[in-house]
Amino acid sequence: MADEVTLLDFWLSPFGMRVKIALAEKEVKYEYSEQNLMNRKSDLLLKMNPVYKKIPVLVHHGKPVCESLIILQYIDAVWKGKAPLLPSDPYERAQSMFWADFIDRKVHDISKKLWTTKGEELEAAKKDFFECLELLERELGEKPYFGGEALGYVDIALLPFSCGFYTYETIGDFSIEARFPKIRAWVDRCLKKESVAKSLAEPEKVHEFILETRKGLGFD
Amino acid sequence: MASDQVTLLDLWASPFGMRVRLALAEKGVKYEYSEQDLVNKGALLLQMNPVHKKIPVLVHNGKPVCESLIIVQYIDEVWKDKAPFLPSDPYQRAQSRFWADFVDKKIYDFGRKIWTEKGEDQEAAKKGFIDSLKLLEGELGDKPYFGGETIGYVDIALVPFYTWFYAYETIGNFSIEAECPKLIGYCMRCLKKETVSKSLEDPKKVYDFVVMLRKKFGIE
Repeated sequence: MADEVTLLDFWLSPFGMRVKIALAEKEVKYEYSEQNLMNRKSDLLLKMNPVYKKIPVLVHHGKPVCESLIILQYIDAVWKGKAPLLPSDPYERAQSMFWADFIDRKVHDISKKLWTTKGEELEAAKKDFFECLELLERELGEKPYFGGEALGYVDIALLPFSCGFYTYETIGDFSIEARFPKIRAWVDRCLKKESVAKSLAEPEKVHEFILETRKGLGFD
Repeated sequence: MASDQVTLLDLWASPFGMRVRLALAEKGVKYEYSEQDLVNKGALLLQMNPVHKKIPVLVHNGKPVCESLIIVQYIDEVWKDKAPFLPSDPYQRAQSRFWADFVDKKIYDFGRKIWTEKGEDQEAAKKGFIDSLKLLEGELGDKPYFGGETIGYVDIALVPFYTWFYAYETIGNFSIEAECPKLIGYCMRCLKKETVSKSLEDPKKVYDFVVMLRKKFGIE
């Protein structure tokens, strides 16, 4: 099927990385269009996402789908012959959606505070972050992936945030491996998959970018 | 199915809870309604939603589903023989999910600020709220409902907020109908349906509830 698929994205965005992993899992060929969010937003982005003007946007046969988790569900429904992302059972599906929603509500905002705050605020953010990871580690349990035997929706929702782990650990002076060994092992297990390894940004590049941004914000 | 045991943990004034009541009414599902005390949270609520400790929670045969839009999708999948909420086409489904998510991100947040903020912050919230309703009016177009000829997912996500409009207008000192007559016309159309009128609360009672909350939180 000569599908016309374009992904409007920004290399650093964890939300964009989710879509890259999903497209790789489904072996969908697509055109990647880097949107430089530091400059003026492109006409294409403004046309494809007029409501929020944000990435990622998946453009399929000229029609846009916005919001990363909605894009994941769309990809799962359209390319359904391979690598199902969501379970087929309605209850299990609701549980997967719950945890992906938890990651959206909590992990993104809290992890941002790990590098944009200091002192007491940073300590409070660390505490919140540890609580999140504790809940997620418990949800993972003894399974190799949140999706069970194979990578699934929740894995894809969470994995991109692992690119920042090295940065959070360095700035916050803690070790994820020491506190949450199952999460660390899960990240390493996922990174062995090509779909994940080629979709995630390199932690060193993320670290460099964040340090530059912190300088701009007046840190260090 | 006669053997189904369905309980809804809810708070009468919650628009999120009303979404679930409306979804269950549309599907003709019999259920037990359980009003929750959110100040002194009961053991059942804490057991069924340990992560967020919030309502609504749908308990189906002893197993909990949390987060209103996730619950509505679950209801649509389990009781699939009647009144489908989401379109069958993946692209249309993605669009429905986008707009329901928009209601969560914009209508709820701006609405909340109208009754919790004052001065410039309240004015900004009023503007954001009206701008968001106008975008929804554009999406509705000439259709009777967002779902087309019948009530669908976006209608279920949005129409319960109508019960809070009177409170927003009175506290914010503005008229939503003057700015968005088409949307108010749409809400009136929805209210003619028995499933909607019996699932939504009286706006005057909701207003009294909001006044009580403002006193409690020390907002005048």
